[in-house]
Amino acid sequence: MLEIKNLHAKVDSFEILKGVDLEVNAGEVHSIMGPNASGKSTLAQVLTGRETYKVTAGEILYEGKNLLDMTPEVRACEGVFMAFQYPVEIPGVGSAYFLKAALNAIRKHHGIEEIDAMDFLALAKEKMKLLNIDEKLLNRSINEGFSGGEKKRNEIFQMAILEPKLCIMDETDSGLDIDAMKVVAKGVNALRSPERAIIIITHYQRLLKYIVPDFVHVLVDGRIVKSGGKDLALELEDKGYAWVEEEAVKSK
Amino acid sequence: MVMTEVKENYLERFEQFRKVVAKNGQGWLCPTRQAAMERFSELGFPTPRDEDWRFTSVAPIARTPFQLPQDGRVELTSQEIEPFTFPGLACSQIVLINGRYSPELSSLRPLPKGVKVASLAQVLMGDRDSLEVHLARYADYQNDAFTALNTAFMDDGVFVHIPKGTVLQDPIHLLYLTTPIGDPTIIHPRNLIVAEEDCEATLVESHASLRDGVYFSNGVTEVVVGENSILTHYMIERESQEAFNVSTLRIEQGRNTNFTSHSVLLGGALVRNNIHPVLAGEGSTLLINCLYMGTGKQHLDNYMKVEHASPHCDSRQLYKGILAGKSRGVFHGRIVVHKDAQKTDAKQSNKNLLLDEGQIDSKPQLEIYADDVKCTHGATTGQLDENGIFYLRSRGIDEESARAILLYAFAGESLQRMEVEPIRKHLESLVSEWISQRKLLENSK
Ligand SMILES: Nc1ncnc2c1ncn2[C@@H]1O[C@H](COP(=O)(O)OP(=O)(O)OP(=O)(O)O)[C@@H](O)[C@H]1O
Ligand SMILES: [Mg+2]
Repeated sequence: MLEIKNLHAKVDSFEILKGVDLEVNAGEVHSIMGPNASGKSTLAQVLTGRETYKVTAGEILYEGKNLLDMTPEVRACEGVFMAFQYPVEIPGVGSAYFLKAALNAIRKHHGIEEIDAMDFLALAKEKMKLLNIDEKLLNRSINEGFSGGEKKRNEIFQMAILEPKLCIMDETDSGLDIDAMKVVAKGVNALRSPERAIIIITHYQRLLKYIVPDFVHVLVDGRIVKSGGKDLALELEDKGYAWVEEEAVKSK
Repeated sequence: MVMTEVKENYLERFEQFRKVVAKNGQGWLCPTRQAAMERFSELGFPTPRDEDWRFTSVAPIARTPFQLPQDGRVELTSQEIEPFTFPGLACSQIVLINGRYSPELSSLRPLPKGVKVASLAQVLMGDRDSLEVHLARYADYQNDAFTALNTAFMDDGVFVHIPKGTVLQDPIHLLYLTTPIGDPTIIHPRNLIVAEEDCEATLVESHASLRDGVYFSNGVTEVVVGENSILTHYMIERESQEAFNVSTLRIEQGRNTNFTSHSVLLGGALVRNNIHPVLAGEGSTLLINCLYMGTGKQHLDNYMKVEHASPHCDSRQLYKGILAGKSRGVFHGRIVVHKDAQKTDAKQSNKNLLLDEGQIDSKPQLEIYADDVKCTHGATTGQLDENGIFYLRSRGIDEESARAILLYAFAGESLQRMEVEPIRKHLESLVSEWISQRKLLENSK
């Protein structure tokens, strides 16, 4: 589904990604871990098309197509979704209005007729229940005044409504209490399917107890320096990142 | 034309005009007109050296030899004025074409006993007593050249008198339509709204053009809010991009009154929207809510002077602007707190969004002569939030729509404060139209 080859990206003249290689197939769950400032969010933003990050080398193929040629909205319509590490507050734009507009933009892209207000509301209510989200949030402006946990759950709620094929979660677990995390995991696991791939960016093993990954990758200084199975996450939690970094330096 | 010639032009016209109105049973007003004309001739048009006009040059107005409108009638059908009315709103509507009251196009709803809604021209001729106590008593023709000019030449407009204890359910719509023909003309709309004690009413002033062309509308509205009364005024500017408009709203608030002024400025080449409330009685509240949206080469100037002249009054002034194309916006917000106006609570905010090459000059000004007061002001100017745009796009919404959604959200905050639903709905559609018609990709080259 996703093939990242030798990806280099920079902000201004500051190189952040220095040759990332990653392959993700439909049905798989990948976790990307790594120290602060190693480039995890940058990778997620490049995948979704944020223009501040300039790709200087390498390529990304998504379902065989050149992802870098697509605008952020086309990527979204084609099924790429990122749950933001820091969801944006947008005063004056109602959550329900926004999400219905997004869903209809995606449906239109696929030639499906628009969902009407009644059906949308029914769908939204069902997903909010699944994610334990207060229905009142739908009437409020996007993320405005939401608590940290509400913002994170709201991202997963959007994911549940839009049903993307490639779900990227950037530190969705940080700031969630254990109950909220279980709810988020339930929501994500409900989305797991053979057609869908999930990339979980996290610092902690605790979310991975509930959403068990098939692969764990370690991103250090703009490169994936180690990959392994779910046990790698445990090992990282135990020993930190230093030994991986050392290993990486030695193998150079 | 040099300045002296400009003045000559107005002085000459005034001589002719005065002879006509003197014979019209309006002799009683002649000394006021004369005094105003003299003041105008002393003051002349303001220049950018004048502190209150620092950011606005009225040279295009000053150098145009405007004519007073001819008396010829303009035939219009009610279909032609329909786009300027509010669908679904039951209201009394006074239509003025080229500054003149049109009885055929106007329609009054049944009014409560004692309420008077009439053409000012008619009242000027026949009912000196109703006018004399208030007319030209508030709007300052001594220091404001445009008010002086209006006071000298005032001719028609709307007079509303609401007797004690009256609640007007239906708004009154003052619809000023101009259809420029031939040489540039100047009109002097003059409205006087008097509400006695314990009244409630909503007045809507619309200014629109029936076709493109240069003209100058120099209007003055005086509003007297009697004790315990609640009044709302809407100003809707949607004239052609060739029109000049200076509008002065002067409000005199009595004790325990509540006054709301909403303005939406969308049209005009050069617009100056003066709002000057005087909180003359204790315990009153005031809200000024203004949205201005410029494109092309429009110049939209908002000047407000809120005078807190009594204790325990609250005022809020909320101005928002979107300046696109090469348009320029001005916000000059003065709050004057007089010596005795203790416990004043005044808050002012001005927020601007600049698109393309739009510009804003924002100048808050607090003059406080009392010691126990709360006065705050804040101004922000910026572009559309790129993080917000990216967030919307990352969910599948195309860039142009994302920008439109954010622009609408910005303007919507002002519109949401407007309580009369059919008016708000109509303005919402005008704002949406404005947004969809301008180029939204100003930031992507
Ligand atoms: N827009 C930007 N402008 C300047 N520097 C940036 C920008 N975005 C990221 N960086 C820098 O790039 C580096 C990588 O940032 P990134 O957000 O990708 O790290 P991360 O791995 O997600 O870290 P964390 O675990 O703290 O979330 C950091 O040093 C960061 O300061
Ligand atoms: Mg990050």
